[in-house]
Amino acid sequence: MNSIVTEQGLPTNSFSMKKGFALLAEHSTVVVFVAMMIAGYFLSDKFYSVTNITNVLRQSVPLGIVSLGMLYVILTGGIDLSVGSIMALVSVVVALMIPEYGLWIAIFAGITVATLVGSCAGGLVSYFKIAPFIATLAMMTIARGLALIVSKGQPIFVDDIAFVDFGTGYFMGLPLPVYVFLGFSMLAHFVYKKTAFGRLVISIGSNETATRFAGIPVERFKFAVYALSGMACGVAGVIAATRTGVGSPVLALSFELDAIAAVVVGGASLAGGRGTVFKTVIGVLILSVISNIMNLMNISGYLQQVVKGVIIVLAVVLESFKSKH
Amino acid sequence: MDKINSEYSIVINNVQKNFGGIRALKSVDLKVKKGSIHALVGENGAGKSTLMKILSGIHIKDGGTINIDGQEVHFTSPKQSQAHNIGIIHQELALSPDLTVAENIFLADLGFGSQLINTNQINSLAKLALDQLGFEIDPTTRLGDLSIAYQQMVEIAKSLAKNVNILILDEPSAILSDKEISVLFEKLRELQAKGVTIIYISHRLEEIFRLTDAITIIKDGTTVTELDPKTCTESDIINAMVGRTFEKLFPPKLTPSNETVLEVIDLNTARLLRNINLNIKKGEIVGLAGLIGSGRTEIARCLFGIDLMASGLIKKNGQVLQINHPADAVKLGIGLVPESRKEQGAILSRSIRENMTLSNLKGSSSFFGLINRLKETTVSHKLQKSLAIKLGSIEDPISSLSGGNQQKVVIAKWLNTDCDVLILDEPTRGVDVGAKSEIYNIIVELTQKGYAILVISSELMEIIGLCHRTYVMSEGEISGELVADEMTEENIMRMALPKRAVI
Repeated sequence: MNSIVTEQGLPTNSFSMKKGFALLAEHSTVVVFVAMMIAGYFLSDKFYSVTNITNVLRQSVPLGIVSLGMLYVILTGGIDLSVGSIMALVSVVVALMIPEYGLWIAIFAGITVATLVGSCAGGLVSYFKIAPFIATLAMMTIARGLALIVSKGQPIFVDDIAFVDFGTGYFMGLPLPVYVFLGFSMLAHFVYKKTAFGRLVISIGSNETATRFAGIPVERFKFAVYALSGMACGVAGVIAATRTGVGSPVLALSFELDAIAAVVVGGASLAGGRGTVFKTVIGVLILSVISNIMNLMNISGYLQQVVKGVIIVLAVVLESFKSKH
Repeated sequence: MDKINSEYSIVINNVQKNFGGIRALKSVDLKVKKGSIHALVGENGAGKSTLMKILSGIHIKDGGTINIDGQEVHFTSPKQSQAHNIGIIHQELALSPDLTVAENIFLADLGFGSQLINTNQINSLAKLALDQLGFEIDPTTRLGDLSIAYQQMVEIAKSLAKNVNILILDEPSAILSDKEISVLFEKLRELQAKGVTIIYISHRLEEIFRLTDAITIIKDGTTVTELDPKTCTESDIINAMVGRTFEKLFPPKLTPSNETVLEVIDLNTARLLRNINLNIKKGEIVGLAGLIGSGRTEIARCLFGIDLMASGLIKKNGQVLQINHPADAVKLGIGLVPESRKEQGAILSRSIRENMTLSNLKGSSSFFGLINRLKETTVSHKLQKSLAIKLGSIEDPISSLSGGNQQKVVIAKWLNTDCDVLILDEPTRGVDVGAKSEIYNIIVELTQKGYAILVISSELMEIIGLCHRTYVMSEGEISGELVADEMTEENIMRMALPKRAVI
């Protein structure tokens, strides 16, 4: 006890500084996000308007939901390239079915289709031992092709009022889709933190062999994450379509890259086993805010891509510093 | 000074090394005579590997002096160490599985100065090097297609392909079979005759007596003593290593019941195993001895559902089992402590708690797969106490533990399930003597609780000291069964050696 009292002066100071640095490195994703929110204030006076912030939130919903599914896939050490194509397929299926079967059956069918496509990828990865990159690359072109066939290559307009209302509606000042994202995030976080499923997904990504040798039916879990990712794409596809009121076979082109970027910017490791739901959500917001700020500044789309790439690299480099120290 | 020059190849004085706050080496002294084979012995974590890494320039010493052939050196990079013709063979293999054997051997300079590779040239040079060593390995084989033991030989050939005066071997025998070890020893003696000085690190005392001219013992980063293998005994070494008298490594065996728990009938696999028949009784420890590659691990893999069998029956308590996946095996009450702790046994980056409860998360859950953290923590603490696992906190990653304590966590994982058949594949590999004895005690305690246990081991003393009886394997078949006093090193070896080999 005595020694603690006598050594309180200097050691405590240096300790808190060390701790501060460690904290900063630990939460590099959050640091980048906060820095961008501050930068937004100086770069554009429109950034902090209510319309703009709600707009950013609304725009980040599809990417957010897809990224949560992607996070689970990446946690197992896999990858899902089919997300954008599945969204397009779902948007087309839903838009085509609404006139004949009504809104809810159409949405249900769309999400079912998405889950099935995800399950196909999951089956290929788990039971046919095909590399996730290849299996989901195949599903990516298949789903996109199906979307183009079903829609005959044309956008399909939806004139169901309820459908479009959902995409543009508000509740307590926030766009309705934001609540869906919030709900999914909380669910994903809960599963990650509290359930055996979440624990085993992380365990598989950390060391698949040892997890199998512990008697875990690893294949079943890997199958499940791809099916879940597909389902998430279904929900995201529906929401994306409600925003524009169009089912489009070219919706969400190269969306898989944004989703992977969001998860990686959120500190996840592509090798599996590392990443959190909270930081993935922050990663999604970082990507959305970058685009938004640059739009407000009237930066050309070409330059935007370059800046986006640089910021992704910065975030990941920061993250790698953390794992070194 | 002149005397030192002529007599000693390496003189290390009071060398120190700190990693952050941890004092890995406090004060190490070591004198190695020119052209001798010098053993370096100590428990895991005693500082042997750190010292060797300083000698090979991977770590930089913080204090003390090192003289190589009378010249004081301070290595700051592996290049400097190599310039003094020091070669080291590390514990872990550093080879590229997708390259050929020859490419691996000459990886540092594939083109011999040129940017173009002459495949015929490196193949024939590699063949020459391998032949000289007496290793029958085709230099054009893809390295990954070789067994681990053969890969180790390639590592040795790779090191010797360079011109070395001082060769350091860090536990080279851990994964070699006895035949391969004999070849290695022969080669090391030849090198010795050519004037090469050899430092040999090993846990296997029997080898040290067979091979070495002097023994230096390190404990907790300090040199304890130097012994002469011609005059000292095994207990002298063990006592110096652990700093306490080691009465008994093995606890007394308990009498098993007559009730047969596990029975294997006419098991065959496509690749290796032929007509395997064995049984284990309740409370019995059965050994599975044999050379590396004889099929011991393959039996474990079949019983645990990792590999599928081509024909045969596995029965437990009289019931025929269908095992197609480790998950089936665990459901049917069979657990496996696999041979490679780092790759197969433990999830190194995750916490001790998560490793302990991995196989039975249901047991720590309330409902719907919802983990009850309180239950999980309680279970983990209980396991930690009952196996006396030395740890800081159960939330620390399992990689923070010593090898012995990691192995205890892997065993704890199975004690947290309903398994009553436990297969232990090399349960004390890479574990220091103190922890070894603790693991033996745990195994014997398990028999008291009615576990049926199969122990696969390359250490004959372990089979003899721990098991009630043992099967001996040779070339995919069980070549014999030895009970109680019949289990001697000679008997086991006679059965383990392939029939066509000339002894």
